[in-house]
Amino acid sequence: MKPFKYLSPTTVEKAISYYGEHSETAKFIAGGTDVIVKVKEGWMEPDYLISLKKIEEMGELHKNEATGELSIGALVTHATLEKSLMIQNEYPIIYDAVSNIGSLQVRNVGTIGGNLINAVPSADGAIPLIALDGVALLHGPSGERSAQVKDLFIAPYKTILKSGEILKKITIPTQAPNTGSAYIKFGRRAAMELPLIGIGVLLTLEDDMETCSKARICLGVAAPTPMRAFDAEKLLIGKKINKEILIEAGNIAADESKVRNSIRGKAWHRKEMIRVHVKRMGLKCLEIIKNNS
Amino acid sequence: MATNISFLLNGDKISYEIKDHWTLLHLLREEMGLIGTKEGCGNGECGACTVIVDKLAINSCLYLAIDADEKIIETIEGLASTDGTLHPLQQSFVDNGGIQCGFCSPGMIMSSKALLDENPKAGHEEIKHALAGNICRCTGYVQILDSVEAARDKGGQNE
Repeated sequence: MKPFKYLSPTTVEKAISYYGEHSETAKFIAGGTDVIVKVKEGWMEPDYLISLKKIEEMGELHKNEATGELSIGALVTHATLEKSLMIQNEYPIIYDAVSNIGSLQVRNVGTIGGNLINAVPSADGAIPLIALDGVALLHGPSGERSAQVKDLFIAPYKTILKSGEILKKITIPTQAPNTGSAYIKFGRRAAMELPLIGIGVLLTLEDDMETCSKARICLGVAAPTPMRAFDAEKLLIGKKINKEILIEAGNIAADESKVRNSIRGKAWHRKEMIRVHVKRMGLKCLEIIKNNS
Repeated sequence: MATNISFLLNGDKISYEIKDHWTLLHLLREEMGLIGTKEGCGNGECGACTVIVDKLAINSCLYLAIDADEKIIETIEGLASTDGTLHPLQQSFVDNGGIQCGFCSPGMIMSSKALLDENPKAGHEEIKHALAGNICRCTGYVQILDSVEAARDKGGQNE
């Protein structure tokens, strides 16, 4: 591996100022499960790696019980999310997604922030955060700004982050009562494999426990960047949710997707799996809502 | 670009001058001569290099040695007693045919140890989930899972 100097700032400000000193010769590193591979393979040749690991505030996972807002520091590892009872019980869609990223060895080190910033079309971590209307807090040389997680991605491996900018944390706004959410990573095997397709669904029902007041249908590997199937979501709003309408939503979502043939699978297969799994995840949402009420 | 780090390795306090770009695997194998930990793919896909850092199983090929500073590291060399008595997991792999060529065994055993240390009653599915990042190219997975379950059932004791 090409030698580099490793810098370990303890504050976001210091990390950004290090970047200011070394600019393009430096790269930020969080868990390193992607960056180290890239450096080893020579795809990335930094003279400096600026580690974010020692910045404590970026490693916090916290739910504000008063407001109901969830805050996930960018350095929170997939394993921390996977093991959190609060995540398991209240944000099952996050649990579904992070518990099958890479392997346990990767999840023990890899971070949710790194997963987002890598911006692979399949980013398992992004789908649930988009479904939950997550907001990313970015910090750069010119200060802080925020963006919807769904707007972070421009193209494969490309985000809206500017040079020297850091993803600090993701906040998830308060969830309405009667909300259920679920994600499936569909592929040949779960571990150490990118999904053929990733499908996340979130549904909120009105007090009658039938009528849909909010719907999110989010797809990974269905387009160059993670996407929402807006037409399919629209179909569900104001309607009574049952298997039939979820099948229809699945069909619309499949039509909205921009799936293609790749080494992992054919476009037609991906479309069929969107149809099937939008329905299944929708039904799972209903079950979760019923069990929680 | 050398840095001094200190860490606890299999119970021993170690100080070492390392290069910033060394992985923990490089430090263990190439510098310290602890060749029990294996390098398979070198990219975090196979789990052969699994060691335990602060109770968590990690791929030492993707983990920088510099991040091991002030950490507690466990490798396969730390499992057997000084008199040569195998750790219950090691004995169980021997007894249940969990070892074929042996290359994946240190990683398999370290992943299993991290799991059983955290959850001594781990069920079949939990064991599979925890070992999903360890590849055995002899494909003796059933015996490996049997070995871990047998060690679990003995509650960490050798017969």
